[in-house]
Amino acid sequence: MNAHPVVTGLGVVAPNGLGLEEYWAATLEGRSAIGRITRFDPSDYPSRLAGEIGAFSAREHLPSRLLPQTDRMTQLALVSADWSLQDAGIDPGELPDYAAGVITAGHSGGFEFGQNELKALWSKGGRYVSAYQSFAWFYAVNSGQISIRHGLRGPSSVVISDQAGGLDALAQARRQVRKGTSLVVAGAVDASICSWGWVAQLASGRLATGDDVERAYLPFDSDARGHVPGEGGALLVVEDAEHARARGAGKVYGQLAGHAATMDPRPGSGRAPGIERAIEGALRDAGVSPAEVDVVFADAAAIPELDRAEAEAITKTFGPHAVPVTAPKTMTGRLYSGAAPLDVAAALLSIRDGVIPPTIGTSRADRYDIDLVVGTPRPAPVRTALVLARGHGGFNSALVVRAVGR
Amino acid sequence: MSPTDGRRVVITGVGVTAPGGIGAKNFWQLLTDGRTATRRISFFDPSPFRSQIAAEADFDPEASGLSPQEIRRMDRAAQFAVVTAREAVADSGLDFAGLDPHRVGVTIGSAVGATTGLDQEYRAVSDGGRLDLVDHAYAVPHLYNFLVPSSFTTEVAWAVGAEGPGTVVSTGCTSGLDAVGYATDLIRDGVADVVVAGASDAPISPITVACFDAIKATTPRNDDPEHASRPFDASRTGFVLGEGAAVFVLEELESARRRGAHIYAEVAGYATRSNAFHMTGLRPDGAEMAEAIRVALDEARIAPEGIDYINAHGSGTKQNDRHETAAFKRSLGDHAYRTPVSSIKSMVGHSLGAIGSIEVAASVLAMEHGVVPPTANLHNPDPECDLDYVPLTARDWRTDAVLSVGSGFGGFQSAVVLARPDRSSR
Repeated sequence: MNAHPVVTGLGVVAPNGLGLEEYWAATLEGRSAIGRITRFDPSDYPSRLAGEIGAFSAREHLPSRLLPQTDRMTQLALVSADWSLQDAGIDPGELPDYAAGVITAGHSGGFEFGQNELKALWSKGGRYVSAYQSFAWFYAVNSGQISIRHGLRGPSSVVISDQAGGLDALAQARRQVRKGTSLVVAGAVDASICSWGWVAQLASGRLATGDDVERAYLPFDSDARGHVPGEGGALLVVEDAEHARARGAGKVYGQLAGHAATMDPRPGSGRAPGIERAIEGALRDAGVSPAEVDVVFADAAAIPELDRAEAEAITKTFGPHAVPVTAPKTMTGRLYSGAAPLDVAAALLSIRDGVIPPTIGTSRADRYDIDLVVGTPRPAPVRTALVLARGHGGFNSALVVRAVGR
Repeated sequence: MSPTDGRRVVITGVGVTAPGGIGAKNFWQLLTDGRTATRRISFFDPSPFRSQIAAEADFDPEASGLSPQEIRRMDRAAQFAVVTAREAVADSGLDFAGLDPHRVGVTIGSAVGATTGLDQEYRAVSDGGRLDLVDHAYAVPHLYNFLVPSSFTTEVAWAVGAEGPGTVVSTGCTSGLDAVGYATDLIRDGVADVVVAGASDAPISPITVACFDAIKATTPRNDDPEHASRPFDASRTGFVLGEGAAVFVLEELESARRRGAHIYAEVAGYATRSNAFHMTGLRPDGAEMAEAIRVALDEARIAPEGIDYINAHGSGTKQNDRHETAAFKRSLGDHAYRTPVSSIKSMVGHSLGAIGSIEVAASVLAMEHGVVPPTANLHNPDPECDLDYVPLTARDWRTDAVLSVGSGFGGFQSAVVLARPDRSSR
């Protein structure tokens, strides 16, 4: 088995920052992007808040021929992939055949594109459906389009495990690199803030209601009552460590050191949820003891029973108040499959800069025995971070990232 | 990792839900009879559409053992997945209740997830496309399960009692091969000992028919539905949409042997590559599929000459059938001319993400029975498709190693090598 694959490039498209440094500056300042939905009129829905990416113009970044054939999600993903490869200093044209792939997590596909075509079908007729619908909506679209744009012909894939999928995609990238692929563009970008996507999300029963942007998404708070969705995510360049060294990679953000994924038992079984096993498995896979972990990026569901399960799993593994826990996604909303890769980017920047970004909004977390970093960033040397993600339907995923070197 | 220096993975249970007959036994009978299950679409009035043909499964969810609440909360494709997983588990003879659920994973492939459910629900909440701001008061309570197809894996996990790693693999029309490959890696890497793996799709719905009409990928041969799917034939005019599922029990070889399991085949090699060329187009040389085949053979430590049968993608589009014929020649050399190649899509249609797993099922059953299924409707081969495509009738043929391939939108090209675990290495 090769050394742990490393992350050499980060491409971020987040509601509170387009681009890596913009996102990180906003996150350390505690700047939230959660607001009333502008992409459609949300007045008649019980939930009206989201973390939208405001200032994104696809035509500034992408060739015009790509625009009519892509959903917003794919446009954001293509830009994120461009930035990730640039950040890594990779010119894909210089790589050998089959040396690089693309592995993304999917969630709901190009749902807004799909809504428009469904409208054409049912209001006008089948012959008004776009020739692009066959591939603009389906879940594999982001991997396919990124692969084409950069000529990446190595192993590519798409995994879906609701909001846990973003970590599973990174784990699969790690597996492919260990099997011999030089690098994989991996992670996830999601966007389905359209009325049809909104109605489908409402059915989860997990969306926060009301209009108070300050008190809407409050993980671990005694007032926790659901989450605010967002759009965006991150794509990472996951690279073979030796390949990165040999090409003189300018940046090595850290290693993908360990991963584990579990599923919760069937409801009503009386068995324990799977999040603690995912944490234990990822630490074991990384060869890391709980005491070596410097920060936990929490899934932060903001549903009381899910918050409790996560807090208890953290407390059981690390001890009460023994490790800083944070949820910067309180500033972006939950980005579905994009959330966890963005958290991994934040964790790698915590390692780089020696600072833990804050959780905002949450003010009363004292019902759980966790050390939640609230309000302002906390300077701390970070060498090892644990990122957690869970999905609707019982998916749990945990990833350990570590600083490279001593 | 190759089979001789690590954990090896075998198929010990098979379930199939396919057009023309529910269950693996009926499926195999259809294939060996060379019968076709393609017909005029009956699920809705297809007359406004260019292509009006599909291979529909005569599937009754209640008769298949699903409870009323399971039926209510699951899209048709999820129902296929659960019913087919239960068949595979029963076939494996493995006592799942006695397993550590933490060591059991689930990997389900699907190209378009709950698209049929989403199509129907959209129609209701938009009042037939009239409303831009769709009305949540008309949505089914389990609509989120349709939104995100990982619900399929959740349902299968609940049905079989799995609490290990779970995911859906969604790589378009190679999903069913890629799900098997993904699950194989989970066992090889030691994160699971058993994985319930396969794929399911139920795409026969107006939106799917319309989107393939728009690019003329499906055949307009509406006057002759039974003979409309014509892979490798000079008169082929596109694929016929299908639906269904195949699910397997994958196990680590040594533990399967210890319990005396019936072993269908080893998943000996798997690889996927991308053409990075076009979302729906293929380059004629088949280079990326050939590379996937080469890597899968290498992983299996099987020489090209060791392949006894190729289960082709054979969708029946002009470009696909030439593309993969070129890929077989490129990867297997002269041996491609000596190897039977067939496309079961001629009989059960193209069920998008499900078909890769359904074709893996056909491949292991071919090994099991010593019979190669035919390519139906093949009377006049395309001159550029000059291999032995087993036209019209099944052939008695001993098979120790099968190559099954897939090609799909997004540029994905995948290859799986299935072989007898007691074969001698190259």
